[in-house]
This record gives sequence, C-alpha cells and structure tokens, in this order.
Amino acid sequence: MNEALPLPRTPSHPSPTFFLLFLFTFIPMHTHSLSRSFIGRLGSASLASLLLLGGLTGCGSQKQAGDSTTGSTPTAAAPAGGSNLDVNLKEQFFPLQSYRVGPYAAGGTGFFGGFIDYLNLINIRDGGVNGVKLTWDEGETQYEVEKGIEVYERLKDRPNIAAWNPLSVGIAYAMIDKVTQRRTPLITINHGRTDSTDGRVFPYVFPLLLNPYSETSGIINYLGTREGGQDKLKGKSIVVLYHGSPYGKETIPIYELLAKKYGFKVQQIEVPHPGNEQQAQWLTIKRINPDYVVLRGWGVMNPVALRTAQKVGFKADRIIGNVWSNSEEDVRPAGEAAKGYIAITTQASGKQYPVLQEIIKTVYDKGKGNLADKNRIGSVYHNLGIVNGILNVEAVRIAQEKFGKRPLSGDEVRWGFEHLQLDPARVEKLGAKDLFHSINVTWKNHEGDGRVTFQQWDGNKWNVISKWIAPDWALLRPIIEASAKKFAQENNIQLRTEADVDKVVK
Amino acid sequence: MMADQIQFFFEVLIGGLLSGVMYSLVALGFVLIYKTSGVLNFAQGSMVLFAALTFVQLREKGLPFAVAFLITLILMAVLGITVERTVMRPLLNRSPIVLFLATLGLSYIIEAGAQLIWGTQVHALDLGISDTPIQVGPVSISQFDISAALISGTLVAALVFFFQRTRTGLTFRAVADDPFAALAVGLRLSRIWALVWITAGLIALVAGLLWGARLGVQFSLSLIVLKAFPVLVLGGFDSILGTIVGGLIIGATEKLAEVFVGPLFGGGIETWFAYVVALVFLLIRPTGLFGQKVVERV
Amino acid sequence: MTSLSTVRQQVLAGIDSHLVRRLAGPLLILLAAYGIVPLVADQYVIESLLLPFLSLSLAAVGLNLLTGSAGQLSLGTAAFMAVGAYGAYNVVLRLPWVPMLLAFVLGGIAAAAIGIVFGLPSLRLRGFYLAVSTLAAQFFVQWVFTKFSWFSNDNTSGVITAPQLRAFGLVFSEPTARYLFCLTVVMLLGLAAERLLATTTGKHFIAIRDNELAARIIGVPVLKTKITAFALSSFIIGVAGALWAFAYIRTVEPHGFNLDRSFQILFIIIIGGLGSIRGSFLGAAFIVVLPLVLSRLGSAIFGGIFDSGVVEMCQRMIIGVLIILFLILEPDGLAAVGRRLGPTLRRLLWRQ
Repeated sequence: MNEALPLPRTPSHPSPTFFLLFLFTFIPMHTHSLSRSFIGRLGSASLASLLLLGGLTGCGSQKQAGDSTTGSTPTAAAPAGGSNLDVNLKEQFFPLQSYRVGPYAAGGTGFFGGFIDYLNLINIRDGGVNGVKLTWDEGETQYEVEKGIEVYERLKDRPNIAAWNPLSVGIAYAMIDKVTQRRTPLITINHGRTDSTDGRVFPYVFPLLLNPYSETSGIINYLGTREGGQDKLKGKSIVVLYHGSPYGKETIPIYELLAKKYGFKVQQIEVPHPGNEQQAQWLTIKRINPDYVVLRGWGVMNPVALRTAQKVGFKADRIIGNVWSNSEEDVRPAGEAAKGYIAITTQASGKQYPVLQEIIKTVYDKGKGNLADKNRIGSVYHNLGIVNGILNVEAVRIAQEKFGKRPLSGDEVRWGFEHLQLDPARVEKLGAKDLFHSINVTWKNHEGDGRVTFQQWDGNKWNVISKWIAPDWALLRPIIEASAKKFAQENNIQLRTEADVDKVVK
Repeated sequence: MMADQIQFFFEVLIGGLLSGVMYSLVALGFVLIYKTSGVLNFAQGSMVLFAALTFVQLREKGLPFAVAFLITLILMAVLGITVERTVMRPLLNRSPIVLFLATLGLSYIIEAGAQLIWGTQVHALDLGISDTPIQVGPVSISQFDISAALISGTLVAALVFFFQRTRTGLTFRAVADDPFAALAVGLRLSRIWALVWITAGLIALVAGLLWGARLGVQFSLSLIVLKAFPVLVLGGFDSILGTIVGGLIIGATEKLAEVFVGPLFGGGIETWFAYVVALVFLLIRPTGLFGQKVVERV
Repeated sequence: MTSLSTVRQQVLAGIDSHLVRRLAGPLLILLAAYGIVPLVADQYVIESLLLPFLSLSLAAVGLNLLTGSAGQLSLGTAAFMAVGAYGAYNVVLRLPWVPMLLAFVLGGIAAAAIGIVFGLPSLRLRGFYLAVSTLAAQFFVQWVFTKFSWFSNDNTSGVITAPQLRAFGLVFSEPTARYLFCLTVVMLLGLAAERLLATTTGKHFIAIRDNELAARIIGVPVLKTKITAFALSSFIIGVAGALWAFAYIRTVEPHGFNLDRSFQILFIIIIGGLGSIRGSFLGAAFIVVLPLVLSRLGSAIFGGIFDSGVVEMCQRMIIGVLIILFLILEPDGLAAVGRRLGPTLRRLLWRQ
C-alpha cells in the first residue's frame, strides 16, 4: 500500500492532514465495488465515514487546554474521564461555548469577552481564587444547538469543571439532562428556562439574576413608578412588540396576567424573524396609539423597530426595551431614532465602576484584554459578562469556604451557587457597587431575586434613569412552581428537599 | 370612522409599495446575473453586506462620501471579476443547482471575509436623508422611503435603458438569449460576464447603502435576500421590469395581509405570505409575470 | 454426465467465490458498525459525530430521491424534518399507547402529507421557480410551530424535550444504544430507498429528471410520479427529523430546522453525488466532519495567536473555498471518486 495511490483529478487541498483523512475515506471502498448490493454500498460508505470520524477524534483529542495568560500547564495531559477531580492540579476549569461568528456575534463577543476579562483579572491580581487558577477553553457554537452540544461533548471530560455558561436558550435546553446527570451547574444569566428557577426540580440549572417572567414584572413595575404608582396603570394601554420566536412569545401570558392585575390594556404584536421589516406592525401601533410600547426584540429587529417608530412618528422615550433589546448594538444602528429610548438591565453600563477600572488597569493595559475593540469596554454585553464572571467566581469562592481551598467538583460548585448570597455591601467590596444590585440564591430559588434598573440612550451612551427595582417575585412564584411541577411529573423527577442540598458528590 | 379606515388602508398600502421597491433593489442584482449567465447568485446578499461594511468603515475612517463610494465600487468590481474568473468560469456549462451551490459557498467566503476584515460590530449608516414623515393629505409618508424608492426607480430605469438601447446592452441580451450563438458571432463572453458581475456589485452597493441605513450595517443585512426571492418568482428571474412590478405587488400585499389578515392568525404572517402570493401567481403564470417562456425541446 | 457435474461444480464454485466477494466486505462493515464501533467509540464520537452523521445521512437519502433521482430541486428539507420531529413528538405525547416506532412512522407520514401539499406546485413549476416555492414550506412550517404552542405542548420557551427512545420494550437511553437504534433505522430506510430506485417508480423518477416531456410521451404518469417523489422523499426526511430530535439532539425548537439546515443537506447530496445513495452517506460524513476538523486544527494551530473569532471566520472561508473547489473539481461527488478509485484499488488488493 506504499505505492502512490492514483487519485484522478484530485482537488488540491490546503491542509495535508485533511487530505490524508480524505484518502482514508476511499481506501476501504473498493473491496466490493463490484457488488451492486445495497448493503455493500451502504456498508462501505459507513466504514469510510467511520474511518474519517476515527481519524478526526485521533487528531482532535490532544488539544491543549488553558490559555496564554495564566501560563497554565497543559491540562489535557491529565487523564480525562474517570474522576472528575484532580487535586494535584490547582486549576478550576470553565468550558466556554462562545459565539463570535454569525448573526449574534456582537453579543457573544461582548459577553464572553467580559467573562474572560474578569477571570483574567482574578488570575493576574489575586493569583486565582485562593490560589486555584481559573482556566478556560472556547468552542465556537455560532449560536447553533448542535454545535453547542458538540462543544459540550468535547469539553465535558476536562478535570474540575466549575460551570457551563452557554448564553443561549436553545443550547441550555439541550444540556439540562446532561449536566444534571454529570452534576455540573448550568448558568443561564438573564435568560433561560423560566421554571428552572425552581431549584427543587432543577438542581443544576441557574437562571441567575433575572428570568423572563421577572423581567416582565420589572418592566411593568417601572412603568408604574413612572406613572406615579402602580394604581395609575389602570386604564393605560401598552403594546408588546415581540420577536416571532419561542423566546419572543414566552412572556405573553405574563403580560396578560399583569394587565388583569393592574387594569391596563395590553396588545401583543408579533414581528416575524428576523424583523427587518416592521412597517405593518408600526402602522398598527400608530393606530392604537398606546401609552407605551414594550420592545421584546432580538438582533436586527431592535434598530429597525426604533427607526420604524420614528417613521410613523412614535416617540422613542415611550418605548421600553427588554434585556435582549438593551445593548449598544441594538440602538447604535438606529442613529438619531434611538435617542430617548429606554431599556431594562440588570447591570448598568459604563466603565466608572472600580472592578472595570481594575480590569482596564490589570488586564487591558498589559495587552491581555479580550475585546479587540477597546471602545466596547463597559458596554452592556461586556458588563454582563463581567457580572457573570463575578457570580461564577463568587460561587466557587463560597464553595471553597465549605469544601476547602482546592479545585472543586461540579457538584461542590453547585452548592456554592445555591449559597450565592451577595448583599450590596459584598457587591461594593467586589468593586461592583451600582454595576449590579445584589443576588440571593437559595436551594429553592435559583434566580436569586436580581433587581433591575432602567437606562436611557442619549445618542452616545446609556444613562441610568431609575432606582433598582424589584420585580413581583411572589406573584410569579406559583406560576413557576406549577410549570416546574409539570416538568417533574413528565420526567419522573422527585422534588428535592433541603436535606438533599448538602449531599454533595466530590 | 370610515374615513379613518380608508386613510389607514392607504397608509399601509403606500408603506408596502415603498418597501416593495426596496425589495426590488435586491432582486435586481439577482436578475442581472441570472439573465446573462443563468446563475441564481445566492451570494448577492453577502455582496450587499460586504459593500455596506466596506463603505461604512471607510466613512468612519473619515473619507468623504464620494471617495468612500468610489473606493467601495472599485473593490466590488475587483470582487466581481475575481468571482467570475475563479468560480463562474470553471463551472461553465454545469447544472444550475451546482452553480447555485457554488454561490452559496461563495456567500460563506464573502460574509466571513467581510467580517474578518471589518469586524463583527454593528454600525450606523447615515446617508443624510431625514426620516421624519411628511404629510400628503391625511396620509403620512416616510421621506426616507420615498428617496430610496426614487433611487431604486432611477437605477431600474437606467438598466432598462441600458439593455434596450445601448450596444453593450444588446450584447448582454444576446448572451442571455444564447451564449453559444453569441460566442459564435464573436462576442467576448468573459468580458461581458465580468461587466455583469461589476454591475451586480454596483447594485449591491446601492442596496447595501439604502438597506444599511434602514437596518444598520450588520450581519443580518445578508438576510434581505429572503425578501427578494418572492419578488423574483413573481416578476420572473430574468426580467428587470418584473422586479419592480413584483416588488410593488409583494410589498403591498404582504403589508396589507399582515395588518388586515394577520390578526386572524395572531400575526407574524408576512414572511411566508409573500411566498404564498408568489406561488399563487406562479400557478397562473409558471414563469412569473414577465419571465421568458422557455421552449421545451425533446 | 461428468462434464455436466464439473460445470455445475464450477458454477457453484463461481457463485460461491462471487458470493464471498460480494458479501465479505458488507458483512465486515456491518460487523464493524454493529460490533466494533459501539465498543471503541467513546461518547464524544457517538454524540457529536455518529448521531448527527446518521440523521443527516438519512435526510440526504430522502432529498436525493427527490432532487437526485427525480430532478426536483427543493429548499424545504429542514421543514419536512421539523414536521417529522414535531409529528412524532406529538404522537408520543398525545397517544401514549402508540409504540414509539409507529410514532416515527406517523411523523414520517405527516411529513409526507406536507410534502405532497408543497410538492403540488411542481406540477407546473420547475427549476428555481420550484425551489423558491419550496421555500414557502420552509417559512410556513417554522411559523406554524412557533405560532401554535399546542405543537410544543404549551412549553413556555417553545423548546420541547423528546422523551426517551423506546422500542420493543427496550429503553435506548445510552449513547451507544441510541446509535444502534439510529443505525438500524437508517440501514432499513436506506435499503428501502435503494430498492425503490430499482422499481418502475424509481425508473419513472429518473425518466422525469432526464427529460420530462419525453417521459410523458413514453407514458410515464408525470403527475403521479412527481407527487410520489415528494411524498416518499418527505417521508424519509421526516423520519430523519424524528431521529434528529429523539436520538441525537433530544430537544426540538423550530429554529433548529431553519434554512441553513436545508442548505446543509443540499450540500451533502451535491458533494456526495446526486442520485447516489452511497454518496449521501459520504457527503454527510464530509459535511459533519469537515467543520470539526477545521475547527480543531484551527484552534490547535492558531488558538494562541489569534482570537477565536478570527480563527472561526477563517474556517468558514475555508469551508466555502472547499465547497467551491469540490464543485469545480469533482462534478459527480464523492461517490464518483469512490467509483473511479475502485478498480485501481481492487487490482492492488486482489493481486495479493
């Protein structure tokens, strides 16, 4: 077989490895190409494919872990599989299912940039968490579920995984089963499956700070304060303009519920994906002439909404955006039309907060910052990534207090998240006063009562215009519990009790 | 109340017609290439993205409008010629599906390349056209949309004139009708195709500017091709005039349907409704409104 | 008499060696696929390579019937996959007494029904006019599944979680078990598709593809054949969708079946070879593996130097370039490469 294989008119491939794999594909195929039987063809095709697949795993599994800044030893050299825990290695690993390509690249780059920047800060400034270095590795998902799962399968056997942070509802859903089985926390900050707030049913899933229901209630509470009291909402008219996707539709029943409770009129209008045409919807809105429009948008839908609003003469300061309509990327393309637009957020934007100043000083000034464009430091997504970093790191720290200052197992970090209670004083100590308010996660409540604030776009930047507002958690809790219960019944899940919290697998 | 209804109807209708012209603008790029080389060029969307990104970046670097426009145009021409040389020519005489898929592969390259060079950030694009509505009688109309429609209309008129009245245009048509005959009488196919791709680049640039001003310059810009497809089907893949008429019909019906029929189904129907409209038309006229009837030979 | 028996012996021997030749390879491969792969493949290989490979192969087999054999270009493949997935899910959910395998079949039938509806325009349209009208299916189906939450059992996020695979009283929950289940379904349907092409209907497909008018003249029932092509193709694609949802990804959301998926499957059949069942498998392997190889190589070589966004962007460009190169250099796809390589390699092997 050493003789050169005649490959007629072979495409010249840029990568020799790829070419080799390619050759391998065809070697087994000839043995029965005489045969016209289906099994023959099918079988040869399968075997060829299998070889191809085998070749891939061979070349893929020796990938180097860690990152350039921590100067970490190659983690992948440690035996994968078996024990999830390797105490000799003083490292805690964050697998990142990031997206820096495709339609949502702007958001992904900001969020994962912020997350990595904060981990870097902890490594450089503090030498890790109590001496345990933080490492990470990125896999690109392009926001696609199956790519996210591929990255999960690729990284899940790394030692000492702290938590998964996919920032995608679809990927998070596909992982719920898997992380529960492997006892690793799954963090869906500001998004995710609403009923995973109920920690009795979803022990490993944490929609930290704000689930979609709380967001809805937060927006209505803000409108109430703006009108001078919740009772003033009576008789008002609100239009919800939502993205034509499961995400967009998720809060429909909550707006109906709140409309009934406070006596305002709500009308919910759909914009089909991707939302680059909204003439029809805004003409309808113009006709209704509501007091407020809540924008539950996504991607390009947001700037187009603002532009079209201007086109039909609807004032931007009567439009309130939700958490996926609140970034610079959402308003900047709308230019002048976005001036005055208001959006909800759990983390204020700007770089005046001490933690950001330290990131700039310790990370960016040394050329180790993750954002290529320094102007994006302190932007909404970047700050969300930083807050996400704070919450992850603090959960690890809290778990270390209990289990020892060493790399932790996923289940131990889960315990940490379930005791992630940062009051405003602690938040101030972390250098994040006014960046976000506080969090109070318990084993039952995996959201943690995050508070929201509202920012107004002045054409150049966001300015906070409200106090920290608390959503009506008590009102929403029964709905969430009912939904979680339904899930538990469908999947034969036993409700956890408080005693289960401390049963931690090392 | 009745008057109010009528006024609303007209506002929706006019808004729809103006949106329709914007769709035509995208469809135009497709028609041009399909007409002369039989390729449904899926990469048109990514060319729009590439043009808009390049232009907006040049502007942000402080270049004046005209200079930025010219540089982008030159880049688009280079891109067009490269595509013609490296992709289209080797695939000459291959089946339409293969050509289509090649342009799909091309769209990966252009999209990724554009973002590689210019980054994934979103940008605002201000063409200096105000967008406060103007009142025409009781109906308010967007200034920007009118300007955009005028620009698109001019472009279409120019192209129609070019194809009908100029010598080069006639050779284009000859190539479109029968490439082999054209070759036989001594027309230089490659030069003509290169010219076509350059023109498609120009259209992509204009579309990129107008749509970029509307949506912001970002990845989603390449998705506007999906708005162009029903227009193409309705107007015929090879008719320049058809894009305008098709665009107007699609724009108007989809907006009217969304406003007046949509609520019956809970809204959000316009994406597929445009395709249904196109389909219904097609069942009556299988090659679109203005498409050429292909004579089948056994 | 003796000469006759010698002849008979010779014939028998001939058959024998022919049979051995014919069946040895396939049997080895089946043995490998069923016996060895489950033992050696780790979870990553099964979950991230084999399962998507199998489901996409099956979808490609389905599309190949329609586009490769019957010559009708469709851009709505993902929509039919979605119908199959949601159909099977709802049957399992609402008719708990229906065995899951039957639910898959019913999902496939639902897809076939939708396929027939959106295949009707093919009676009047051809080429890109038809292709664009199948886009209507793409957008309509996605809209329906997003709009009417009944299909996703009123789940608030519209994402549904597929129940565990069950058949013949067994639960297929482990990756290996799901792989074997998938493999069996794909083998059976692939076999059926292959057989179909040998029947009159299959010949009619090809007649219509090659020349519709001529086919009509020689008496091929064009209308019936086209509709059959749409129905059968959509059925297989629907089952592929159900496999995708139940065996592979385990959660279903409408967005997972978008236009990109349709294009992906179209790529598979073009790269694998139009009209070739074997090509569908080769093409699927190529499309599943290529991005992963590139991504691994890219981040292994350049990971430390450039940020991952740049690396990803380059990979996307390389995929684009490879696709175009492929189309230019290998018109008939991977299947043809295999065919050409066959004789040479056989000579090499049989010589020893």
